[in-house]
Amino acid sequence: MADKKKKGKVSGAFKAVGTDIKDIGTTFAKGDWKTRVSFLIMGFGQLTRKQWVRGIAFLGAEVLFILYMVFFGAGYLKDIGTLGTKVGGYDANYVYTYGDNSFLILLYSILSIFVIFAFIFVWRLNIRDNKNNQNKLILPSNKADIASLFDEHFDKTLLTLPVLGVFMFVLLPIIFMICIAFTNYDATHQSPTNLFTWVGFDNFKNLFSIGTGGFGKTFGTVLSWTLIWAFFATFLNYFLGMAVAILINKKGIKFKKLWRTILVMTIAIPQFISLLYVGKMFANDGLVNMYLMKWGWISQPIPFWTNPTLAKITIIVINLWVGIPYVMLITTGLLMNIPEELYESAKIDGANAFQTFRKITLPYMLFVTGPYLLTSFTGNLNNFNIIYLLNQGKPQSLSLSGGAGYTDLLVTWLYKMTVNDTNYKMAAVIGIMVFVVTAVISLVVYNLLPSVKDEEGFQ
Amino acid sequence: MAKQHNMRTRKRISNTIAYIVLILISIIWLFPFVCLVLQSFRSYITELGGMVDYLVPKKFSLDSYKFLFSGETKFLKWYGNTLIIAIFVAIGQTAFVLCVSYALSRMRFKGRTLLMRFWLILGMFPGFLTMICLYFLLKQFGLTQAGAVPGLILISVASSGMGYYVCKGYFDTIPKSLDEAARIDGATRAQIFIKMIIPLSKPMIIYTALTAFMAPWCDYVFASYVAFGNDNGYNVAVAMQRWVWTNDFQGYFTRFCAGGVLVAIPVTVLFLCLQKYYVEGVTGGAVKG
Repeated sequence: MADKKKKGKVSGAFKAVGTDIKDIGTTFAKGDWKTRVSFLIMGFGQLTRKQWVRGIAFLGAEVLFILYMVFFGAGYLKDIGTLGTKVGGYDANYVYTYGDNSFLILLYSILSIFVIFAFIFVWRLNIRDNKNNQNKLILPSNKADIASLFDEHFDKTLLTLPVLGVFMFVLLPIIFMICIAFTNYDATHQSPTNLFTWVGFDNFKNLFSIGTGGFGKTFGTVLSWTLIWAFFATFLNYFLGMAVAILINKKGIKFKKLWRTILVMTIAIPQFISLLYVGKMFANDGLVNMYLMKWGWISQPIPFWTNPTLAKITIIVINLWVGIPYVMLITTGLLMNIPEELYESAKIDGANAFQTFRKITLPYMLFVTGPYLLTSFTGNLNNFNIIYLLNQGKPQSLSLSGGAGYTDLLVTWLYKMTVNDTNYKMAAVIGIMVFVVTAVISLVVYNLLPSVKDEEGFQ
Repeated sequence: MAKQHNMRTRKRISNTIAYIVLILISIIWLFPFVCLVLQSFRSYITELGGMVDYLVPKKFSLDSYKFLFSGETKFLKWYGNTLIIAIFVAIGQTAFVLCVSYALSRMRFKGRTLLMRFWLILGMFPGFLTMICLYFLLKQFGLTQAGAVPGLILISVASSGMGYYVCKGYFDTIPKSLDEAARIDGATRAQIFIKMIIPLSKPMIIYTALTAFMAPWCDYVFASYVAFGNDNGYNVAVAMQRWVWTNDFQGYFTRFCAGGVLVAIPVTVLFLCLQKYYVEGVTGGAVKG
């Protein structure tokens, strides 16, 4: 069923492209000479029809595009197949000559491909605009064109900068890094002194190879801890946070605002201070161990951060300290939305507190906060701060590759490979895997959510 | 009578237990912060500046604070850097988020759902993946190392359009009939946005600006990468984590505590003042997803 739908979409897209090309053809065949010249010189038709604003915008776009390609883009784009062949170095007279810079070749090639696509899009707009104009007797004036940017075309004004920003600083880097996953860019292939080149799927093979030197075993260890961590971090926080919210909401409890404010302190105080400090508190020479030893309860410091299992438990427990206030804030308001009559009738029927929680509170809360649980889970998969600020993913182990430690999540491992090992190719592969894990979980869970399946359920 | 009496005692007992639990929770939650403040008052000259086995300093001293203001390190510069980043990011992000939210909530244009879906997918890539590439992009503009402050502002603001979910959800709850009435009266879209929607969404503006303002104080990862060892481009997080993690952290621990207190006070006070709006934003975002 889903397959068919997808096929329908794909063939639909092809059909749309087909009709578009056909439309371009008929526009040329049936167009007047102004329109036909506009195929080559963008904005010509608009200028001759006295639409100065549009005409100059189209013509300017074309001029800029040609200048960009001639002086900048084409030079990089021609090397994209090899990512550069000339290595820089000293010649016989000790004169340094610069070689190709693979990094910049790849980066600017991708940018140029973006620019080409954008140009084709603008060119198409230009043709459609000409086609629409040639049959009209009265055309919108220049003033009306500009005014429409603040009225019916206000979305274009609003979205231009944000969309451009995302393209430049989010999409371009992501595509670049996806490409890096298919190259051998690492410590021994650093640009500008060395070149790197395409290697196909070698890095992915390395990720799944279990033999020595392969990343397979480490990947398995890190991935399973990432999933375990996200599970506990999400659901323990959720249930305990809800319990605290119920406790504060309880009838007859005074100073409700005070209790909430105390809990919220962990959100208010920047995490890098609180987590670094708490991390040090549990160190071998930290306050907790020092006091326990002074009181004679233990003779050896408890290895909170150096024992793998203990470190994992400590992190999950400390995360409660960070996470419970969020859940408490979110659930407090929602808990008050549950109709009081439901609880009263349950009481008359003789239900105890636990039963009312299981039969009334929990189903309602799960229904309403389903989307929150999902975003919280995927957020925890990528919860860099808590792991890195508390103990940097330690304890490290020689049996793990890529400098990974036993409490490293996929993202902290990615970070370590980028910063410590400059193993960019494997970092890129891990980044793609994080995306795959996040996307699969989101898709599967989203379709299972009761609030998505049955929107009217509790209304 | 007896039954009622019984119920009252039971209620009293359960409330007492609840209070005990709440007090215990409060102690656990506040304990680290109390420790932080106490240790910041220990002198690194007359006592040890590192980790010790007692909590309350033997003698109350302001040495650690004096050190921060003495000019021996560039603490004031770092503090100023962070403040500048935070303020500009708060303004820029709020403006971007408002623009995107209004366009997506109120206007229907070609490619709208495509754009939303596309951004959702982009959001699933981990941010650290693109760190190297962003570093080199910034380097081309000369915005790394000493120029890290404008560089960090640029990156945070440029990508902020993708965080429109909560704000758009809020705009969706403002009735569309208001827009239509205004349009009948001859108002343009831009006028509706500026004169009507923005004043109506004060809580959302405060929430967006507050979260944007607080994030740079914790930004260690990307900030340290962009500053690349040039201490003129550091923010407080980058500068102060070295006092904890480098080998001589033993001597710098109380100075970290003092710096931490100085960073935490304004941010915490601001947050507690605007807590109401924060709760509203977080709750709205959680339910709508």
